[in-house]
Amino acid sequence: MAKFRKEGKKEVPQVSTSSLPDIVYMLIFFFMITTTMRDVELKVKASPLPKASEIQKLEHKALVSSIYIGVPRKANEGNAPRIQLDDQVVKYDERDRSSLDNTIADWIQKERDSRSPADVPLMTTALKVHKDTRMGIVTDVKQALRKVSAFRINYTTLKGSALEN
Amino acid sequence: MARKTPEINSSSQADIAFLLLCFFLMTTSMDVDYGITRRLPPPVQSEQEDTKVKERNVMNVMVNKSDKLLVNGRPCDISMLKDLAKDFMTPRPKDESAPEVEFKTFGEGVGEIPMSKGVISLQNDRGTSYAMYISVQNELARAFNEMKSELAKKTWGKTLEQLTEEQTKVINEAVPVRVSEAEPVDYKN
Repeated sequence: MAKFRKEGKKEVPQVSTSSLPDIVYMLIFFFMITTTMRDVELKVKASPLPKASEIQKLEHKALVSSIYIGVPRKANEGNAPRIQLDDQVVKYDERDRSSLDNTIADWIQKERDSRSPADVPLMTTALKVHKDTRMGIVTDVKQALRKVSAFRINYTTLKGSALEN
Repeated sequence: MARKTPEINSSSQADIAFLLLCFFLMTTSMDVDYGITRRLPPPVQSEQEDTKVKERNVMNVMVNKSDKLLVNGRPCDISMLKDLAKDFMTPRPKDESAPEVEFKTFGEGVGEIPMSKGVISLQNDRGTSYAMYISVQNELARAFNEMKSELAKKTWGKTLEQLTEEQTKVINEAVPVRVSEAEPVDYKN
């Protein structure tokens, strides 16, 4: 039976790694397709959001612009709630609603300009509001949106029972 | 005399791909947003435009600044709101104190059904917490969704998710979400 035995030392053959890049590229494509670019860095504390059960998925992420409302993240900026549009933080003063109206109008205009005109009626504004915020600031933002005809809004919430809020 | 080109070393290709992968993992997020979608009413032009609605057709839901709920002037717990709203919106043609009822015909096998003319009017204070506001919106939405799914069950024996696109359209017309948010009181323009 000796003729089946090879001569010399036995060596373990090297594992071929030539397909490793292909596997990794496949992973990249998977992540590129299933994920979206993370939007802005948050400067206000918008979470925890309130919970709700009658919710829909927010479709067409490209047509959604988000407004964040909450207290500033940095402790030295006080405890008054602020509004964040993209990376711009707006100070909120209850007595000066017209300046809020103008800021939001400018921002909505900018958002509209960056989309194609056919998509403008489908644009949605997502309100991401900390659950302990008072409604006054939210009402003012909603009024400002109404004035510029940005009627489609979405109160972004977590999944859960609303009775636990 | 053809010279053999040396093979390009591709052992670092994997590293490059891993670097790219890490970049995409860091900069993207996978979370999907969920929420309650609503349509804001167009701004009111003048004060005379307020449409008159009969008192029996309105259910007043008010939330005060300490998150207490008043339904038609009576204190109420949030857990009862869904059933109250559903009860109010259920058409009762013979009841004089219930909202008015009109009969409408729909396609897709629904036929002629009674529809309540009732409207739920929602008013909140500036001091109401956002969590409470969302809870109230959610409970009202739940009332309408339950009515929709009951109608779907009755007509087609299906749940809302099983309906075809046409049937969903009909059911949304047959059970409209009649929640109206009151104009904020301290707005003058």
